[in-house]
Amino acid sequence: MIFLKRQLPLAVTFVMGVAFAIQYYIPHPVSEEAITNVSKWMQIISGFALALGLASIFHVHAVKIKRQVPGWGYSIVLYAAMLATIIVGFWSKGETRVNGAQTALGWLYDYSMVPLQGTMFSILAFFIASAAYRAFRARSREASVLLVAAVLVMMGRVPLGQFLLPWTWDVTQWLLNVVNSAVRRAILIGVSMGQVALSLKIILGIERAYLGGGRDQ
Amino acid sequence: MPGPVLPTETLLGAWVAAGLTLFIYSFLYKDNPLFKLGEHLYVGISVGYSVVLAWHTVFLRLLWEPVKKDIIENPAALGSYVLLIPAVLGLLMWARFIPKIAWLSRLAFAFVVGFGSGVAIPRAVSSYILKQIEDTVNPLVIRGADGLSMGFNLASPQSGVNTIVLVIGVVSVLFYFFFSVEHTGPGRVTARTGIYFLMIAFGAAFGYTVMSRMSLLIGRFSDLIKYASAEYGYAALVLLALTVLALAAWEMASRGRHAV
Repeated sequence: MIFLKRQLPLAVTFVMGVAFAIQYYIPHPVSEEAITNVSKWMQIISGFALALGLASIFHVHAVKIKRQVPGWGYSIVLYAAMLATIIVGFWSKGETRVNGAQTALGWLYDYSMVPLQGTMFSILAFFIASAAYRAFRARSREASVLLVAAVLVMMGRVPLGQFLLPWTWDVTQWLLNVVNSAVRRAILIGVSMGQVALSLKIILGIERAYLGGGRDQ
Repeated sequence: MPGPVLPTETLLGAWVAAGLTLFIYSFLYKDNPLFKLGEHLYVGISVGYSVVLAWHTVFLRLLWEPVKKDIIENPAALGSYVLLIPAVLGLLMWARFIPKIAWLSRLAFAFVVGFGSGVAIPRAVSSYILKQIEDTVNPLVIRGADGLSMGFNLASPQSGVNTIVLVIGVVSVLFYFFFSVEHTGPGRVTARTGIYFLMIAFGAAFGYTVMSRMSLLIGRFSDLIKYASAEYGYAALVLLALTVLALAAWEMASRGRHAV
C-alpha cells in the first residue's frame, strides 16, 4: 500500500518528467503527436480540477449560511448569481453569439461580467494614486529615480503630456524598450534558472509538496 | 427629433451595467452593502461562466463528442478512447473529497506536475535563458556601405550604445540577485547599478500600469456618460441618484445603530 500511496506517484512524476523533457529534442511526428495529445489531456484534467475549486467556494459560503455569520445574505446572492449564470449558459449552449445575434449568455457577459470586471480593475486607478503618494515620496535616491521614471512614462503615454513635453514620448520609448527590457531580461533569466532547478527537484522526487501532506508523504 | 427606440434587451442591459458599475464605485465612499452586493454578484457570475465554459469546451468538445463519434462510427478502433485516460485521471482528482481514498488524487497530480516539469526544463533553457542571452549579446559595430560603424541612435534599441546599456543592465541586475558573493568593492558598484536599473524599470512599469488602469476608468466613465442620455432613459443619472440615496439611508441607519 505504501508503494501505491508514495512510490507510484513519484514514479509517475519521474517518468512523465523525463519523457517530456526528452521529447523536446526528438523532432519526430510521433513525439510531436504525443505532446499535442497530452496537452489536450491536460485541458481535460484541468476541467475536472475546476470542480475542486467549485467545491471549495461552495463549502466556504455554505458554512457562512449555516452559521449565519454577518453578511451571510451575500453568500446567497453569490449562489443565486452562479446558478443563474449556469442555467443561462446551458440554455444558450455555451455560446455568447449565434449567427451574430447575442444569446442570453452573451447578454449576461456583455452587461454584467464586462462592466463588473472593468470597474473592479479601474477602481484601482484611485487606490494606485494614494499608493503612489506613499511609495514615491522621494526619501532616498532610489525612490527619486523610481518617481522620475514613473512620471516620465505617465507623461509620455498621454496626449496632454506629449503636447506639453514632446520629448517625453522618446524618453518613454527608450525607458520601456531598453532599460525595462534589460531588467525584464535579467529577471527572466533568473526566474527560468529557478524554474529549471525546481522542475529537476520535482522530477527527482526531492520536492514533494504537490503530493499534499499526510503520514504517507 | 427622438432617435430610434432601442431594443428592450439593450435598454435593460444598459440599466444593469450602469447599476453594477455604480455599485462598485460606491466603494470609493467606503465599504458598503451595495459594493458587497456587486462584489458577490461578480464572483458568482464569473464562477458560473467558468463552469459553463469548461463544460462546453472541455467536457463536450474535447471529451464527449470525439468519444461519442467513435462509438457510433467505428466502435472497434481505439481512436478517441484514449481520451478516457485523462477523464479517469480527472476523476481521480475528485478522490480528494473522500478521505479514505484521497491518496488516489496523488496519481493525477503526479501526472500533471510531472508533465509540467518535464516540458518546462527544455523550454525554459532554450526560450528564456539561451534566447535572452543571445538577444542581449549583439554586435556593437555593423558593416555598412561606408565600412564599419557604431550606432549612437538612442531611439533604435539595436544601436551600439543601447546594446552597451542593455548588457550593463542585464549583468548588473543579475549580479544584484547573486548572493553567493559579498557585494563589496567593484561588486558593490555593480549591485548599486543593478538597483538603479531596477528602480527605473519598476517606475516605468508602475507608470504603464497606472495609465492602463486610467484607460479602463475612462472606458467605464464613457459608458456611464452614454447610459446617462435620454436614449437609455437617463439610466446612469437615475441610478446614481438612487445609489446616493441608498448610501445616505444606510449611513443614517448605521449611525442610529451606533448611537443605541
